[in-house]
Amino acid sequence: MAILELKNVTIRFGGLVAVNDVNLTVEKGTIQALIGPNGAGKSTLFNLITGIYRPTSGSIHFKDRSVSGTPTFKIAAAGIGRTFQNIRLFTDLTVLDNILIGAHSRGRWNLTGALMKFTPWVRKEEGKLLNLAKECLQMVDLSYRAFELAGNLPYGEQRRLEIARALALQPDLLLLDEPAAGMNPQEKAELMAMVQRIRATGITVFLVEHDMKFVMGISDRIAVLDYGEKIAEGAPDEIRKNPKVIEAYLGKGAADAHD
Amino acid sequence: MGDFLLLLTGSINPYYLQIIVNIGIGIILALGLNVITGLTGQLSLGHAAFMSIGAFTSALLTIKLGMPFFANLVLTGFITAGVAALIGLPILRLTGDYLAICTLGFAEIVKVVFLNLDITNKALGLTVPSAITAVPMPIVVWLVVLLTIICVTFIHSSRFGRALMAVRGDEIAAEAMGINVTLYKVQSFAIGAFLAGVGGGLYAHFMGYINPSDFGFLKSVDILSMIVLGGLGSITGSVIGASILSAAPEFLRFMASYRMLVYGGLLVCMMIFRPNGLMGGINFTSLVLRTLGRKPHLKTIMEQKTAETSGPCNGDT
Repeated sequence: MAILELKNVTIRFGGLVAVNDVNLTVEKGTIQALIGPNGAGKSTLFNLITGIYRPTSGSIHFKDRSVSGTPTFKIAAAGIGRTFQNIRLFTDLTVLDNILIGAHSRGRWNLTGALMKFTPWVRKEEGKLLNLAKECLQMVDLSYRAFELAGNLPYGEQRRLEIARALALQPDLLLLDEPAAGMNPQEKAELMAMVQRIRATGITVFLVEHDMKFVMGISDRIAVLDYGEKIAEGAPDEIRKNPKVIEAYLGKGAADAHD
Repeated sequence: MGDFLLLLTGSINPYYLQIIVNIGIGIILALGLNVITGLTGQLSLGHAAFMSIGAFTSALLTIKLGMPFFANLVLTGFITAGVAALIGLPILRLTGDYLAICTLGFAEIVKVVFLNLDITNKALGLTVPSAITAVPMPIVVWLVVLLTIICVTFIHSSRFGRALMAVRGDEIAAEAMGINVTLYKVQSFAIGAFLAGVGGGLYAHFMGYINPSDFGFLKSVDILSMIVLGGLGSITGSVIGASILSAAPEFLRFMASYRMLVYGGLLVCMMIFRPNGLMGGINFTSLVLRTLGRKPHLKTIMEQKTAETSGPCNGDT
């Protein structure tokens, strides 16, 4: 069953067609990767899915409901969590607060709740959110950092914290934008295990990544984007041999040599 | 009880009493602006405009309708908050300097309008009859201060407050966490304006005379300096900053014409030695708890339940 479906999605910025007529489905419970050379439109596609951009034409369906044109915060609350290519943490807040903000849409109490802080209903909800936060911190092995400022964490841990924050949303679909960027091999191996663990809890993972070893090792399916167009889609082995993909990455000569 | 309190406030030198009340009103205003600028990160240079709206609304409610003082204050707060929400909806789409300029313009408009309306008595200003209250006015002011501090503290440590801080930190990330950024900005603007309105109402009834020119750009900057001096986002900081800056001009009076020079010098020194404000980067609650040798509440909860967690998100490494 498809959890996310993109139908003929196109977005133009002035004369530039950043994403051109892309059709893509993400099956529930899988790890799907999106790869492509720099500037292929991968992050733009993520921004389209999360509603930061609105498609010029085409439609995006999440859990069989159209989300094109829906504001970002509603799409998030509907169950799409994401991380960002350049980390966007709340650096002046603690790790725990970051996660609790991620859990925002799992709570209800607003200003009235704030003013009735010590009533049992509000306390119960805070307790619930705290428990959720704690589970997410354990998921990424950051419990021991809970009370440190997010900005003081080393790079690799900041990346993990971003994933934990997205998990606190209790998403059905998790979008990871270059999660392995800047990580050393050991951290990458840990991250791979972590992503698999996340999938094991029933969350569908859709990720953009440049590291081929990482992508090939973890994905069930891979889609390839080049100049805003989808040029291939399939299992890792198929993608590895696909001449169009090789051409996009290494040039025409390399594709011919491979044949 | 009322008589005793009256005796108490009566026994204080009226000049000092006025300083004490001014400090109280300053704290209310600073805490309001601290919600907008410190907590939500929206720079506003027009906070005095909301104080002005509050002062005139409250004064007119007393003069024209003879409304009881407490109902008057609450209604004033809500009216001011309503105005702020209306003005906030279009201008809160702007960020940073642009928003600051916009709020500045709004404050000037409010001033000019009040200077020209018949109902506000144009440039002559309004004389406000003193409020009929069960306890003397200074006590009322400080009760409101106390209530404000409690409410603002609650806001800071709630889901609502966290959402405001998320907006301050990164709007795009906040949206991606399911936070309706515009709605929270408008709410924070309205809360700040509510407090400014209440502060203005108290000011009008304590001073007995208000003039639109009292609430100009300088007043807005005054309030902003209070929270910057105290440390943006810090409640304790706002209280300290408001206290110092409300009292300083009076206590420096013995220096006669050098007064404002020293006042300015004080501000410069503070900013050099504590660029994040007096209480910037200091968590007052945990500071007190640590001095008392106790752990913060949250830490205890976190440690307690680590052993017994289970759930869909539970990893095993």
